[in-house]
Amino acid sequence: MSVAIRFSAADFEPAVAGDQLQTSSRPSLSYWQDSWRRLKQNRRTVGSLWAVIALGVLTVAGPWAWPVDPAVQDVDQISQAPAWPSSALIVPAYTPWAGITATPTRAGEVVANLRLAEPGSTQAVRLVWEPVAGAAGYVVYRSVYDTAPDRALGLPIGEVLGGDRVSFEDRLDLEPRGYWYSVVVVDENRAEQEAYAVLAVDLVRTVSAEEATLRGWVEEGAALALGDRIELPYHPLGTDYLGRDMLARLLYGARVSLFIGVVAPLLFVLVGVVWGSAAGFMGGRIDQLLMRIADFVIALPFLLFMILFKIAFGIGPGESGVFPMLVALVLLGWPSTARLVRGQILQVRQEGYIAASQLLGARTGYLVFRHMIPQTMGVILVTLTFAVPSAIFTEAFLSFIGMGVAPPTPSWGSMANEGIRTMLSHPHELLFPAVIISVTVLAFNLLGDGLRDALDVRMRGRE
Amino acid sequence: MLTYTLKRVLQGIVTVWFIATATFIAMHAVPGDPLANQRATNEQIRQNLEQRYGLDRPVTEQYVVFLGGILRGDFGISFTQENRRVNDIIRESFPVSATLGILAIVFAAFGGVLMGALTALFRDRVPDLVIMFLVILGISVPSFVVAALSQLTLVDINTWLGFSLLPVAGWGTLRHMIVPSMVLGLGTMAYLTRLMRSSMLEITSADFIRTARAKGLPPSRIFLKHQLRNAVLPVVTVLGPAIAAITTGGFVVELVFAIPGLGRYFVEAVQQLDYTVIMGTTVFYGGFLVSMVIVVDLLYGWIDPRVRLE
Amino acid sequence: MDEQPQAYRDPMSRTAVRQLLWLGAISVAAFIALMGALAWASSITGGSAIAGRAIDFDTGTITRALAQEPPQLDSTRATDSVSIFVLGHIMEGLLRYDASNRLVGGVAERWDIRPDGATFWLRDDARWSDGQPVTAHDFVFAWRTIVDPANASEYAFILYYVKNGEAINGGQMAPEALGVTAVDDRTLEVEFERPVGFFDKLVAFGVYLPVREDFYRSRNGRYAADTEDLLYNGPFMMTQWVHGAHLRMEKNPQYWNREEVRLNVIDMPYVTSDTTAVVNLFKDGSIVSATLGAEQLDDAMKLRWNIGRYSDGSVFYIDFNFRPERLTSNFHLRRALQLVNDSGELVNKVIALPGYLPAVSLFPVWLTGVEGPFRQEYPAPVVTPNLAAARQHLELAKQELGVTEIPPLVLLTGDAPIANKQAEYFQNLFTRTLGLEIRIDKQIFKQRLDKMTSGDFDMVAAGWGPDFADPLTFGDLYASWNGNNRGRYNNPELDEQVRIAQNSVEPRTRMDAFGEIQRILIEDAVQLPNYERGLVYVEDPRLRGVVHRSVGTDPDYSNAYLVENP
Repeated sequence: MSVAIRFSAADFEPAVAGDQLQTSSRPSLSYWQDSWRRLKQNRRTVGSLWAVIALGVLTVAGPWAWPVDPAVQDVDQISQAPAWPSSALIVPAYTPWAGITATPTRAGEVVANLRLAEPGSTQAVRLVWEPVAGAAGYVVYRSVYDTAPDRALGLPIGEVLGGDRVSFEDRLDLEPRGYWYSVVVVDENRAEQEAYAVLAVDLVRTVSAEEATLRGWVEEGAALALGDRIELPYHPLGTDYLGRDMLARLLYGARVSLFIGVVAPLLFVLVGVVWGSAAGFMGGRIDQLLMRIADFVIALPFLLFMILFKIAFGIGPGESGVFPMLVALVLLGWPSTARLVRGQILQVRQEGYIAASQLLGARTGYLVFRHMIPQTMGVILVTLTFAVPSAIFTEAFLSFIGMGVAPPTPSWGSMANEGIRTMLSHPHELLFPAVIISVTVLAFNLLGDGLRDALDVRMRGRE
Repeated sequence: MLTYTLKRVLQGIVTVWFIATATFIAMHAVPGDPLANQRATNEQIRQNLEQRYGLDRPVTEQYVVFLGGILRGDFGISFTQENRRVNDIIRESFPVSATLGILAIVFAAFGGVLMGALTALFRDRVPDLVIMFLVILGISVPSFVVAALSQLTLVDINTWLGFSLLPVAGWGTLRHMIVPSMVLGLGTMAYLTRLMRSSMLEITSADFIRTARAKGLPPSRIFLKHQLRNAVLPVVTVLGPAIAAITTGGFVVELVFAIPGLGRYFVEAVQQLDYTVIMGTTVFYGGFLVSMVIVVDLLYGWIDPRVRLE
Repeated sequence: MDEQPQAYRDPMSRTAVRQLLWLGAISVAAFIALMGALAWASSITGGSAIAGRAIDFDTGTITRALAQEPPQLDSTRATDSVSIFVLGHIMEGLLRYDASNRLVGGVAERWDIRPDGATFWLRDDARWSDGQPVTAHDFVFAWRTIVDPANASEYAFILYYVKNGEAINGGQMAPEALGVTAVDDRTLEVEFERPVGFFDKLVAFGVYLPVREDFYRSRNGRYAADTEDLLYNGPFMMTQWVHGAHLRMEKNPQYWNREEVRLNVIDMPYVTSDTTAVVNLFKDGSIVSATLGAEQLDDAMKLRWNIGRYSDGSVFYIDFNFRPERLTSNFHLRRALQLVNDSGELVNKVIALPGYLPAVSLFPVWLTGVEGPFRQEYPAPVVTPNLAAARQHLELAKQELGVTEIPPLVLLTGDAPIANKQAEYFQNLFTRTLGLEIRIDKQIFKQRLDKMTSGDFDMVAAGWGPDFADPLTFGDLYASWNGNNRGRYNNPELDEQVRIAQNSVEPRTRMDAFGEIQRILIEDAVQLPNYERGLVYVEDPRLRGVVHRSVGTDPDYSNAYLVENP
């Protein structure tokens, strides 16, 4: 490739001694100033920095901005998906129903006149029918899909013993939706008849005035007449398996999860770096000893030692053992980082400039910190990225043996664990904690990348 | 090389001995009675049970008996599965877990190295972003979710096709192995991708690559022989413990896909305080892990000649 | 960012991509080759291939998932439900339950139960799988082995009803002193320790199965270790046992009632207890039945499956610690908790599974009384939730205990998901209504048992499953001498009633005693009943005649048959 070069007469003037021949094109920056400048240039990193700050703000100010108690259980709104605010109709308080008996007047295979004894509500559904002679009892089914035409009756929700008992009350998990109730006659061998009576019912969400006052959904002494509608507490992200507000739980859970998810990895990566660089640099016997100890720690049965730690730290029943868990996570988590760092150090150790520095009189500490560890930054950052979700989920797993946060304190990991159980029927319980964990991981990951780009010595030469 | 290997093997044996002892102590220190059951029993039966399992003797004597057993290669009889010897349990379930684990690791290693290299090559362009997104998803979604969702997808595919393309659960034929091993390997693959990417990026900008290019070396030789080979080192380091962990810790995948592997014994044995199984599986895992580490370390020296093994 | 000119970069990346693609293709090939090699290797070592379909009409085979390897098939030592399920199919005792759940003769043809003893006449055609007849000596040997302390059988206590059973088990007498004799090969004489009116129901329980002495001794301590180490006298025999993988039962040609057995083979691969995996296998048509969890209900309804339900017989409740140093030994505190407990809310809203019934008493709804259901003849005293009364009792408790505030109470619970939900529900309930602080102590199995035995709890979530179909299996739980009474409840009045129930033969007297026990337990707030457990399941509609029971072999395939077009 040829480049046209233009010459002018001025180019052939003799140079003058003492002129400023070389000037810096920019002011001189220290290592840190330079790194900060490079960080700011990278837009993705700046974005992730903002995300991390946002998470911090969420943790600190969140519960104050959304002052809902994460422990309050509303058993009438269990596992609600996020939706618009709902309302309920005021009805009389629930009283136990004695049921109805009647003597059968006709024979047959199927009951007649299956109907509701009173309007169906989420409080109770009361079915009545006319009996059949020769019946030893009846089985009641309920489905959320139409039972016709192939006799798909759905879930058997109850059995009535005795051919003369003609009523059934259903209170099982009633939601404001449509149900199909079927009643089947059963003979004395407990065999069911093919024919069945079916009734389609649409339920309305209801609550009693006493309940509403007790729960604090209306003020004391508010005049509530039957038939009024009241607003139920609103849950923007839905509720969990005990009717607790998801948003409040996420905000409160941030504290524990972010603390564990950030501090634990930082600590055990730190330990791993120190251990691994010592092993890699010193080599020989010390290297072997340190690495064998690392192998030893990896091979120990995790669950068993966690139980042991729990007892050793004397965590009482139902107390939150966050600090002991942190110690346990660090004690059992450092070996993989140590191995990685040692591997990198073994590679770098052979480089020429290390020998040169040593000859020039550099001390070990200087060599390790100033030259070798920055070379391992890439590997360290990868480990850190993976350590964050790993710590969060390990914390969730530990609550399984009673370590970690005690109920009702929430944490993202345990919310995700619980959400897995209802993954298909109520996906929001898993989705929200999983998304926020992913966001956290992504933010720290990008931040780590950006930091590495800004701080890494190897990348600096390419500008 | 030979002396080095022998030295490592010796060290390995010592390490395993430490692991066994530490676990033994921990096991006996944890409260809970391995023989206790839902129904209370009378004193006499209690004593006879203890005698049958050798728990009536002092702990130190139990330890000596246990060590003697290990030297003979006999881990004893399981407390919970009263007719099965721990050796048999391990002998029957380890090959299953090992098969699953090997396939998963191979899948993870190849996939991770290839994808990591791809992302480094196409840095900040579409392939990089897509793969990195999947990696983040892969590590922040719990393995149980991935396993359950993949099983569900299989069921839907089978129903849609009208015949069973791939079995939904179980173990025994080649078709049974495909999905579980991939699901098991996904997590490690994400990790290896990330590692490989970071390693490749550093290598690509290194001086010796520039020198090679400047000297006119053909790109094909540079890539394979220099870039890839050097970048693969951290992956190899990680692979040792990863193999051990995956073959014995595929608990979730084994549970969801009903695979009769070793994974569940690790968890259940601790829950049931089945002393013999805990010790057997721990010693076995320890030995396996230590051997893998030795193999990886030897491999390391072969891949990177600069690393001198002492 | 790399700022090299484009032209420099391209050949490099093009080559790289090409090489990567080559590597990719090679790895895929290697992966498949590896899989093939491993598959071949594993096929020679054998696996648990759930390769079959759920039902094979040609061979009369069904495939049913088994939760785990049966830990112990020695009937003198078995304790868990899986082993008892298998034993119930491969062996048979003196009496058994038929398809309508009536007690009918098994090995015994006729029997006579008297207040002081019983006689059983065995049928001539009852045979072991090797052709030898089942004799009274087999029962004598088995029962002696169970009470022999050297055998360390955990269910030995169920033979304490036989004379000297307890003494032998305590080491004070030799096993030969057990009150059971073989008058001849076909007649078995039993002497009772004290009058037992329900001995027939006891004898139907799996522990009372026969074992042939010569065969047992010939196995040299390996009895029940493998298929050839067992003799079968039941409807099926075990023909294949791949440890850790699967079990296979085939129709027993020597069984006396073999005309009633219509299935030929039952294949049982082990499928670990993940509900979703089992239901997915059912959906895929690989197994013949599956239990449904809460997650699968909607799917089951959408797929229009035939859903069944049955009660598994067990009752769950919250137990208190009655040791004197514990706050829960105070009646008013327990009464306050009892008055805010609403098991209906727990079952209907929190657990929300069909099949579960809100419990109101220790005695579940399926027990029979004198002639009809026990709970109809002896209705449990009703406790209606009453917040005001509860708070009054709380104040009384504080006064009696001499505190201004009740200190935190510990609720010991396990790690199962329902136990978890339940514990958090109660924690919130007691805080919200009574202002109490409850700490949840979550422990896994062995540690929980440990704490229960040593009394390290205030409240514990517990449950009990029946051993035989008589109220006594629940009734003696709170007797002061019962080792299972972990809270150490001690009430002489209740003890007296338990003794009456144990020692009397007259049904009305016994049931009256149980009615009294029920009343005392409720009025003294001894426990907080939670739920009676039941299960919902799906079954292949082409399989009929499977019997589900609360007590006894469950499910029972002895009378099951196949229908090609349901």
